[in-house]
Amino acid sequence: MPHRTFIAFIMPSLCTMLIFIALPLVSLAYQSLFIEAEKPIRVVQTCDPFGCHLESRVDSQALAKLRAQEPAGRFNGLKTYTNPSHLAFADVARIWRQPTGIASKLNQLFELPLYRALAFTLGYTLIVTPLSIFLGFGIAAATNTLPDGLRASITYVTLLPMIVPSVLGALVLFWMIDSRGVIGSALAYLLNEPDLSLKTSPTLTWVTLFVYGIWQSAPYAFIVLFAGLQSVPKDTLESAMIDGATRWARLRYVVLPHLRPLINFLAIISLMDNFRVFEAIIGFNAAANASSVSLLIFEDLRSSDSPLYGSAAASSMLTILCIAVLLLPSMVSNWKNFKLKAGA
Amino acid sequence: MPLNFHRTPRAILFAAAAFMVVWLLIAGFPFVWTLWGSFKVEGDFFSYQGWIDAVAGRNTLAQTGHLVTLGAYRGVWIEEQFWKAALHTSIVTIAVVMVSLSFGSLGAYALARSGHRYAYWILVAALVFRAIPGIALISGYLLPFFRLNVWGYPPTAALVLVALNQPFTLWLLHSFFLTIPRDLDESALVDGCTRFQAFRLVIMPVMWPGVVTTGIFSFLTAYSDFVVCSMLLSDRNQTMVPRIVAFLGTTQETGRPMYAVAAVVSVTLPLFVLIPFFQKRIVNGLAGAVKG
Repeated sequence: MPHRTFIAFIMPSLCTMLIFIALPLVSLAYQSLFIEAEKPIRVVQTCDPFGCHLESRVDSQALAKLRAQEPAGRFNGLKTYTNPSHLAFADVARIWRQPTGIASKLNQLFELPLYRALAFTLGYTLIVTPLSIFLGFGIAAATNTLPDGLRASITYVTLLPMIVPSVLGALVLFWMIDSRGVIGSALAYLLNEPDLSLKTSPTLTWVTLFVYGIWQSAPYAFIVLFAGLQSVPKDTLESAMIDGATRWARLRYVVLPHLRPLINFLAIISLMDNFRVFEAIIGFNAAANASSVSLLIFEDLRSSDSPLYGSAAASSMLTILCIAVLLLPSMVSNWKNFKLKAGA
Repeated sequence: MPLNFHRTPRAILFAAAAFMVVWLLIAGFPFVWTLWGSFKVEGDFFSYQGWIDAVAGRNTLAQTGHLVTLGAYRGVWIEEQFWKAALHTSIVTIAVVMVSLSFGSLGAYALARSGHRYAYWILVAALVFRAIPGIALISGYLLPFFRLNVWGYPPTAALVLVALNQPFTLWLLHSFFLTIPRDLDESALVDGCTRFQAFRLVIMPVMWPGVVTTGIFSFLTAYSDFVVCSMLLSDRNQTMVPRIVAFLGTTQETGRPMYAVAAVVSVTLPLFVLIPFFQKRIVNGLAGAVKG
């Protein structure tokens, strides 16, 4: 295809991606160097029948002028990145210099907002990704063993947790684990602890969110791996059987090697998706006990009086940096694989 | 000795069946339970007495005189005007599906037929773009959107959703285009068609399966979206999912939590009814996007 034709065809698609994905990266980098302008204060004297007094007010004219001059706010350099709500260099240094044990140091470190969010996000990503692939494989293998007539119904029910919008899926479970909900009250009864609440303890909240994550992303792994199981070469399996390979040996030496590229790809896609976790935290109303990097950005932008654009931009840049570090090794090692898939 | 390759030992069959029953309960029961509970009053669905109330509906009978009540649905759809949110969701969803498919098919066709190296690099770039969390990009949009005065309108949110969804759309459609033999468009070109004519008159008619499959995924993304719509739409133009989350903040009075339950069922039930019709395509699409 000639270059001109190619460009004509790809233009609309490429333009939307450049304008709404690539360009925002530039604007983010720029925005993260600025913070909201300080509101100019004017002291005015007001007089009423009881006497005169001085009053300070926001000078709205000056504010409008300032906003027109510097729409992004006041230049702040990299200070937003190092301030206490982001990398918090000063606090980290202080904690490091304390003559306390490593456990106490870590505890204090994870009380800082960004590190707290990172700890949860990484924990969530690194636990949910492998476990959901594992569960998905289990469901796929079980489905493969059962009669073919059951496949459609099994697939239907299995798809449900994935198809439901994640906030709503989280809400549905949240209502059930409520102490007045069916699972919550059943657990309290079984464990004989009437005051049991999954919401108040940070550990239980984390566990709940992890379980939710696995529940929600296992169906995707199931679909992909089930399709993979269908394409396992029958000849190889049968010759392995003739050679006396046990069920386990066949799984280990024939099936898993065949599924390897699929599992790699699944892992990459799931890492991307799990790293952006935050709708679950909103659904479970768990912001008090768990925080994620995406949630930090969301809360900066939602902050009640005026959104903190500079802070949100800095968090976004750090998030993107993190995901790049997380994905780079697996992307590089799958390079050839991508090339094959792209048909190039 | 004849080997029976395809017989599974009874014990393994039994274990697989048991595991499957447990999983299907875990996957499906929460939705059945919520659907059932949405026809009860709050005292039953959130009961201190345990699950018996929710099943038997003791309080529902006492308060409304019937075993099931549509009270929560009436409240959310009429009183809270959830129909407006439903309207906005349909506008955004239809726009996203249409635009994303048109842009996507053109682009993916070019990528599948180019044969040049840069086509591969565009696909890799798309994959990298897909890795960036939406919320991170949104914090880059807000200021420019405010300045350009486009914040808060459904078309803006729809366009952003199209863009964020474009990498996946491109990959999926591209993999479908690869399955159509090149000879087809080449013979059209020989017969005197332009590239665009070949694309529109020869290739697209045989691409329907791919287009429908990709369309389903675009629909699901737009319909389920929380992040983009909640940040980029004004309260007046809010779609269903963010609206439900907004309910939760303000629904502490008695009876109101049931509004959210009814709203959740209203949003998810259409999906559950639609899935069986598109199940095969969803499965093929998900498996196909990975296999390429």
